[in-house]
Amino acid sequence: MPAVSKGDGMRGLAVFISDIRNCKSKEAEIKRINKELANIRSKFKGDKALDGYSKKKYVCKLLFIFLLGHDIDFGHMEAVNLLSSNKYTEKQIGYLFISVLVNSNSELIRLINNAIKNDLSSRNPTFMCLALHCIANVGSREMAEAFASEIPRILVAGDTMDSVKQSAALCLLRLYKTSPDLVLMGEWTSRVVHLLNDQHMGVVTAAISLITCLSQKNPDEFKTCVSLAVSRLSRIVSSASTDLQDYTYYFVPAPWLSCKLLRLLQCYPPPEDGAVKGRLVECLETILNKAQEPPKSKKVQHSNAKNAILFEAISLIIHYDSEPNLLVRACNQLGQFLQHRETNLRYLALESMCTLASSEFSHEAVKTHIETVINALKTERDVSVRQRAADLLYAMCDRSNAKQIVAEMLSYLETADYSIREEMVLKVAILAEKYAVDYSWYVDTILNLIRIAGDYVSEEVWYRVIQIVINRDDVQGYAAKTVFEALQAPACHENMVKVGGYILGEFGNLIAGDPRSSPLVQFNLLHSKFHLCSVPTRALLLSAYIKFINLFPETKATIQEVLRCDSQIRNSDVELQQRAVEYLKLSSIASTDVLATVLEEMPPFPERESSILAKLKKKKGPGAVSVTELDDSKREAGELNGGADRGPDTAAMAASNASTPSPSADLLGIRSAAPVGAAQTNAGSLLVDVFSDSGPAAPSAAVNDDGFLSSAPPSEDPAPPLSEADELLNKFVCKNNGVLFENQLLQIGIKSEYRQNLGRMYLFYGNKTSVQFASFSTTVSCPGELQAQLNVQSKPVEPLVEGGAQIQQVLNIECITDFCDAPLLNIKFRYGGALQNLTLKLPVTINKFFQPTEMSSSDFFQRWKQLSQPQQEAQKIFKANHSMDTEVLKAKLLGLGTALLDNIDPNPENYVCAGVIQTKGQQIGCLLRLEPNAQAQMYRLTLRCSKDTVSKRLCELLAQQF
Amino acid sequence: MIKFVLMVNRQGQTRLSRYYHSVELSRRAALEADVVRYCLSRKKDQCSFVEYKDFKLVYRQYAALYIVVGITDSENELSIYELVHNFVEVLDKYFSRVIMFNLDRVHIILDEIIQNGHIVETNKSRILAPLTTIDKMVDS
Repeated sequence: MPAVSKGDGMRGLAVFISDIRNCKSKEAEIKRINKELANIRSKFKGDKALDGYSKKKYVCKLLFIFLLGHDIDFGHMEAVNLLSSNKYTEKQIGYLFISVLVNSNSELIRLINNAIKNDLSSRNPTFMCLALHCIANVGSREMAEAFASEIPRILVAGDTMDSVKQSAALCLLRLYKTSPDLVLMGEWTSRVVHLLNDQHMGVVTAAISLITCLSQKNPDEFKTCVSLAVSRLSRIVSSASTDLQDYTYYFVPAPWLSCKLLRLLQCYPPPEDGAVKGRLVECLETILNKAQEPPKSKKVQHSNAKNAILFEAISLIIHYDSEPNLLVRACNQLGQFLQHRETNLRYLALESMCTLASSEFSHEAVKTHIETVINALKTERDVSVRQRAADLLYAMCDRSNAKQIVAEMLSYLETADYSIREEMVLKVAILAEKYAVDYSWYVDTILNLIRIAGDYVSEEVWYRVIQIVINRDDVQGYAAKTVFEALQAPACHENMVKVGGYILGEFGNLIAGDPRSSPLVQFNLLHSKFHLCSVPTRALLLSAYIKFINLFPETKATIQEVLRCDSQIRNSDVELQQRAVEYLKLSSIASTDVLATVLEEMPPFPERESSILAKLKKKKGPGAVSVTELDDSKREAGELNGGADRGPDTAAMAASNASTPSPSADLLGIRSAAPVGAAQTNAGSLLVDVFSDSGPAAPSAAVNDDGFLSSAPPSEDPAPPLSEADELLNKFVCKNNGVLFENQLLQIGIKSEYRQNLGRMYLFYGNKTSVQFASFSTTVSCPGELQAQLNVQSKPVEPLVEGGAQIQQVLNIECITDFCDAPLLNIKFRYGGALQNLTLKLPVTINKFFQPTEMSSSDFFQRWKQLSQPQQEAQKIFKANHSMDTEVLKAKLLGLGTALLDNIDPNPENYVCAGVIQTKGQQIGCLLRLEPNAQAQMYRLTLRCSKDTVSKRLCELLAQQF
Repeated sequence: MIKFVLMVNRQGQTRLSRYYHSVELSRRAALEADVVRYCLSRKKDQCSFVEYKDFKLVYRQYAALYIVVGITDSENELSIYELVHNFVEVLDKYFSRVIMFNLDRVHIILDEIIQNGHIVETNKSRILAPLTTIDKMVDS
């Protein structure tokens, strides 16, 4: 064993480090470090040229200081000098410093590149490795430009040393990741794939990382790697090979390489070639068999290494999802691990079983372990393991065991770790809805959920229970009775009060026959909670009260009394005050008929995807909820909502309520358009006032204005949109920033950003004249249907815009559901006394809510096929209006918001994109294919989306762009 | 992919950190402190894999020293867990004294095992090859 610090050891460094180690406090450490930094600085600046050894020593100290977490802002030049040293130790420290400290945009890169070039051509393997390593660590664009063509050659050259090949493989991988356009594999492909056959295991280990990455991007070009990987794996697993060298770890042959090979195979579907497949199945069986054999060593390292391979093999089996026999064996094996004494194994077993549960072949086998999993949920001492158990219960749940699982999860919730409660609540809510056979069970479950974990019950959950109760008249009476009972508890959660208020307000009459729950008793019960609640809940309760007046005329006097008291009618909160005043007025002015019409029972909600599921998906990120599960729940939701019969007119009315209520809205829907529309004819202008939104939402404010301003001169009405408004809109389909409009007086610039279903738009109004604009005002409105589809909120702008000045306005945009029209922006101001009135379309188009989706070729075509209903596709063939240049097209397609997918379409001329449109309640998957025909100067554009209206709209929008 | 490797002592001081994706220096300290707190607070009978933000931590304790590896979903937890052990065994084989004095060499060793977030070599004698060369050069 070499005694390390002899000869080469740097004494000064050792002393410094031991000083630091002896520092008793952070302050002392900092003091010592500052002293050292000053010393090094003076040495570097000194007149005396430093020899290599001292340079190395000081650079090393700097490195150490950096690793302790202090910023280093000098010494880079000295490190670069060390690179050109001929002494390995000096060079090595130089490279280490550069790799650790230099970021990719440093100006030093050019100097470093020079040193690297020399080392690469030195033919000294250790120097070459250092250089390659450095390129891989820094990985800048400049380095890629300088070396990307050189490295594949080094990688596959026959005379390259093994260790150099290893570094070259990972170096190339890094460059491919940072600058894929510069790494052209073409001619090297086959030779790189054949590295899997390299006799040196280290080379295979390194190369496989590269090949895995390349295969994910270009599966077709690299598919020959499958058979090579299988034969390599087979040789390792059967231990028949003599090339294991020293790669055996605690009697397990090449565990890391085996894992990587199995991982690589997961990039591909099962091999088509029968012989290859046979060999692979044999391998997988051998791995499963080995798990049952007595261990060759008692050391934990042995079993860990063996199990690492086993878990990877099981992942592959699950990925293939085509061998029932292997799937069931995998499940049994995992079942054994569930009771293993090693926590790590139990954790991993729960995790992989979770994916196994979604396979039709093994779902039943997984279910047999339900008792063990429930036990794990109750007894595991580690929250992350319990979390896995909860995930698995969720995954294995179906109609047969839903009641048991939901009950167990509910009882677990009482003691669950805070960090996972919210997710647990969502899961319980989803399962309860998905597998509800009788809805009284569903209502009980959700109310229990609120009782046990009210704080973690998000709006989506309680909105949903109300939607379901409204839509199913067979459960309304039961729901009313149950919430009534639940509200009896001396302390009940505010969410319970919300649900209670809503349900009693709608269906209190169903239990009013019982003297124990007479109207007044119900009212008093609700009102006893009133003072403990927050403003939004109080607002909801006030709405419930007015509904009571309609349901039970005998409560009118009592309720009016309550509304009339100072704490309501003079409440400092505007919303509450307004409600109290308006409801009081409404109840005293309106006739019973009017009251009955206005306060009619809520129409059923239209069927749609559960917002809870959407929330869970968002929480867990994509992929956590499988597609089948989604479809499932859609179907179930359909059943749920379908139960209520709706005439076409109520459906239309309900459509405007379709959106998930926005956070501030309450579910009574009084604020939404349908009841207003119904009421307007009867009750005239008073009701418009009563029911219009008091919030800052622009659209309804506009309605208000119109009502009041009817006597104003006609020129004050918003002008009709400019004739060129559509053209202006089209300019912004593929970009987010730019000048929207300009005339001699005014320039309007736009900057916008979008995330998920939300967007923020900055409007810049520039006064191009030297004269002040007076009474400057802007209104954003969503005409017609758009009102329910898009929510645009704006803040008012300053009424004066000085000459030459610019003012800014921020709009917050929320996409509720997909839409076709664009919101209108009306601008009015006085310029030299003359009223200017201008209406533009705001460039908010559905594609702004795209999230790009990367996918492999096989995924793409699978999804393409899934979207094969004729109405899901929209196609247009049109003449090119703009340049057909590749880069221009690419930029436009990227600007569209989708991911531009390479190497998907067999014809390289074609463009293929994929993305998901995020709306509040829904995600709409979209696939796009653009086929240019340069000769004819034509395009064919095809869109397939999970929603037909979206395909059409996108097709219209895009046809203008190319 | 492996995101980072940390060696920390029981007091939470970082003794070695190697990042395979770029993290700003200012955020490193916070990340390290957070990660360490996470791991130190766990008991022996708890699982060695912890979900942390959008990646997973695999950690292993050797007396007062903790080695923590941050990985993405595409890595196999157990194999990383054993990779840590392999690394420690190599350190054991090479060093006779406190490794802190030879951080540069620890770096060399780590770089031989992991490059750019990928496992590159697992054979002990090949991992030590560059250091052996250095030592020979010094001896002669």
